[in-house]
Amino acid sequence: MTQNEHTVSSEHSHAHVHRDDIGAKMGMWLFLFTELLLFGGMFLMYAVYRFQYQMDFKIAAMELSVSMGTLNTIILLTSSLTVALAITAIQKGNKFLAVLNLNITIIFALMFMVNKYYEWSAKFEHGLYPGSDEMLSLPNGQIMFYGLYYIMTGLHGLHVIIGVIILAIMLVLVIKDKITSDNYVKLENGGLYWHLVDLIWIFLFPLFYLIH
Amino acid sequence: MDQNKHSEHHHVTGYGVYILVWLGLIALTSITVTVAGIDFGMVALAVAMTIAAIKSALVINIFMHIKFDQPIFKVFLLVSGFTLIVIFVLTFFDFTYR
Repeated sequence: MTQNEHTVSSEHSHAHVHRDDIGAKMGMWLFLFTELLLFGGMFLMYAVYRFQYQMDFKIAAMELSVSMGTLNTIILLTSSLTVALAITAIQKGNKFLAVLNLNITIIFALMFMVNKYYEWSAKFEHGLYPGSDEMLSLPNGQIMFYGLYYIMTGLHGLHVIIGVIILAIMLVLVIKDKITSDNYVKLENGGLYWHLVDLIWIFLFPLFYLIH
Repeated sequence: MDQNKHSEHHHVTGYGVYILVWLGLIALTSITVTVAGIDFGMVALAVAMTIAAIKSALVINIFMHIKFDQPIFKVFLLVSGFTLIVIFVLTFFDFTYR
């Protein structure tokens, strides 16, 4: 973007560096749309089966812990806040605050995964995992619910793990001054990815945990 | 180039704005959890989805900066959102009338 070209060319040390931050962001958004359609297909499948098996979905959803889901929602929302704060901090040239907020974001992301681990292992102990005898003895609608639950929260969890890796790389780049107050598009794009993870959870949470 | 001069000041969102949005998101989460406890039947789903939509609008506009970015990003978003809606509507036509 012109803004950055101006800033960059005004500094003699980087006089010939050409950057296209708008282009970088566009690329990121295009990628996010492919993610949207990937999850969109699953939400579509969920919608159709929920209408087909309304009672079964209701009964199966009782097994999920609302408090655990709520806790994870709050964790993800807060981590979205801290990554946004990290971007503002770096824009204002406050490296310390940016590093601090990125660290908090990563810790929250890991907390989310720890909760997920406990949640899933409790289900596994009850014999509720794809293909188990317990699960196959359930009515079709409930098998469908758990199948969708595992694939959708599982794919989301995979995104959380990838997000942690991306955020960790951003953290290193901030520490090494590769991301600075006039070159932060990488951090912005990393943040966009993390917000997408949050966005998907905003829909997963009521659809799986809050059916009564 | 000259036109771009105006947008040269990259919009920096203040810490306070983000914290306010976060408080709003937490409030909406507690509303959606509370409402889910009451049995509204199919209305409950509509309420839950509306709240989720408001929450995503907040995240997309403020956290993801769409509100302050170039209009082209809004166009991107509308096109992909519209595509998703078309897919949903067509599928439900098939599902409802088969």
